Amino acid sequence: MASKGAEPVIRMEGVSKFFGTFQALKDVSLDVKSGERVVVCGPSGSGKSTLIRCINRLEKHEQGAIIVDGVTLNDSRSSLNAIRAKVGMVFQQFNLFPHLTVLENLTLGPVRARNMARAQANDLAMSYLERVRIPEQAEKYPRQLSGGQQQRVAIARSLCMEPEIMLFDEPTSALDPEMINEVLEVMTELASSGMTMVCVTHEMGFARRVADTMVFMDHGELVELATPETFFSAPESQRCKEFLQKILHH
Amino acid sequence: MMRVLLLLSMAALLSGCSAQWGWYVVNPATESGLANLKFLLSGLYYTVLLSLTAILISMVTGLLVALPGLSENRKLRAFNRLYVELVRAVPILVLILWVYYGLPQLSGLAISVFWAGVIALALSDSAFQAEIFRAGIQSINRGQYEAAHSVSLSYADTMRFVILPQAIRRILPALGNQLVYMLKMSSLVSVIGMQELTRKANELVVTEYRPLEIYTILVLEYLVLILIVSAGVRWLERKMQADERN
Repeated sequence: MASKGAEPVIRMEGVSKFFGTFQALKDVSLDVKSGERVVVCGPSGSGKSTLIRCINRLEKHEQGAIIVDGVTLNDSRSSLNAIRAKVGMVFQQFNLFPHLTVLENLTLGPVRARNMARAQANDLAMSYLERVRIPEQAEKYPRQLSGGQQQRVAIARSLCMEPEIMLFDEPTSALDPEMINEVLEVMTELASSGMTMVCVTHEMGFARRVADTMVFMDHGELVELATPETFFSAPESQRCKEFLQKILHH
Repeated sequence: MMRVLLLLSMAALLSGCSAQWGWYVVNPATESGLANLKFLLSGLYYTVLLSLTAILISMVTGLLVALPGLSENRKLRAFNRLYVELVRAVPILVLILWVYYGLPQLSGLAISVFWAGVIALALSDSAFQAEIFRAGIQSINRGQYEAAHSVSLSYADTMRFVILPQAIRRILPALGNQLVYMLKMSSLVSVIGMQELTRKANELVVTEYRPLEIYTILVLEYLVLILIVSAGVRWLERKMQADERN
């Protein structure tokens, strides 16, 4: 697409990550351009969650380099703060703050970390709640909402920080089937707005519709990287073929 | 309150069966009995003030000791262990004596009976508070920290707005326990002359020679006080649970 810059906004070079002696990521390299939508898939334990958790420093990589929008990820506080400001994250288990109302969940970051005035933060939060189509739930507590609604609140909470990149870690895996679509619709709308997105998901219909790039991971390795057309019609590796067969024909 | 009435009636019954009781000493119908009762109850002020001051200080100290115990830094964790193990090993009575008689020699500053009591009780309790806070904070799901991280909250803000409000709800029963414990342990400060409930009872026993009746009143004073505190803690628990449910 014409709007996408040539310079990658996320650059991972030879990234390795260990949990004790277990190697979760093996020499992974990946470039993501601004506005690009990347869908990461792969079997359980393949390292796909670890991959995106490394991008916003929820996990520290041991080898290689990760550069996000010109900021090299390291132990310095300035690097950590810069990354957190640029990157939003949506979790499988939503991770909403259960003791705060929906509105308070959304405004906590802007008010405390961005020093935004309360009234302005409330307006911002309401505008994003409207975007995820649940403004009427603003005064409720997370536990009073359905799973799909909670996940949409979590997406709105991330968007309130106005990130340049959004990471999604299996955002629909904890949802009942009838609630998956309402979350995917919000994500599709977000993709069409030009947000840079990296999504770990098993929703292959969503991937076909939205992804610019498909990534397949297995045993900590980035096995395949292709456009959705090539990826679904003619996957190169045997491992990827087997994986697609399993999830597409159940 | 039923339990209080039951105990009172038991005492009355016992007195009926035996000539050993002499309730006249605290009979509010007589002038001297009323004066004695007032004297006993006048200890309430310092028992409550001492306990509340000490528990506030010990909660803050306990939290400040608990946080390094949750750090990834080994030295900070070692500080937490050392503090808890050392402070927890000293009997409260010993600590009271040490702070009141020993500390002024060491520091050159005279400490009032009240503040010696507060320091000793708070110090002793803080080790337990530290463990309670550590357990409460550890019980909060990792995802809460990760969500706070992803909306750019600082460590202090994460603790203040996300972790502690949830942890405190969970440890409220344990904190209530510590307050009850503190009210009871404050009776030990009577040994250095603090004019609280136990000290007043001791003084009255010396002049009236009726330990049975006077100490029975003392037991009832603590019982009523602690039942009120328990009810308060339960009310707070219900209120906080309701907050989260609505």
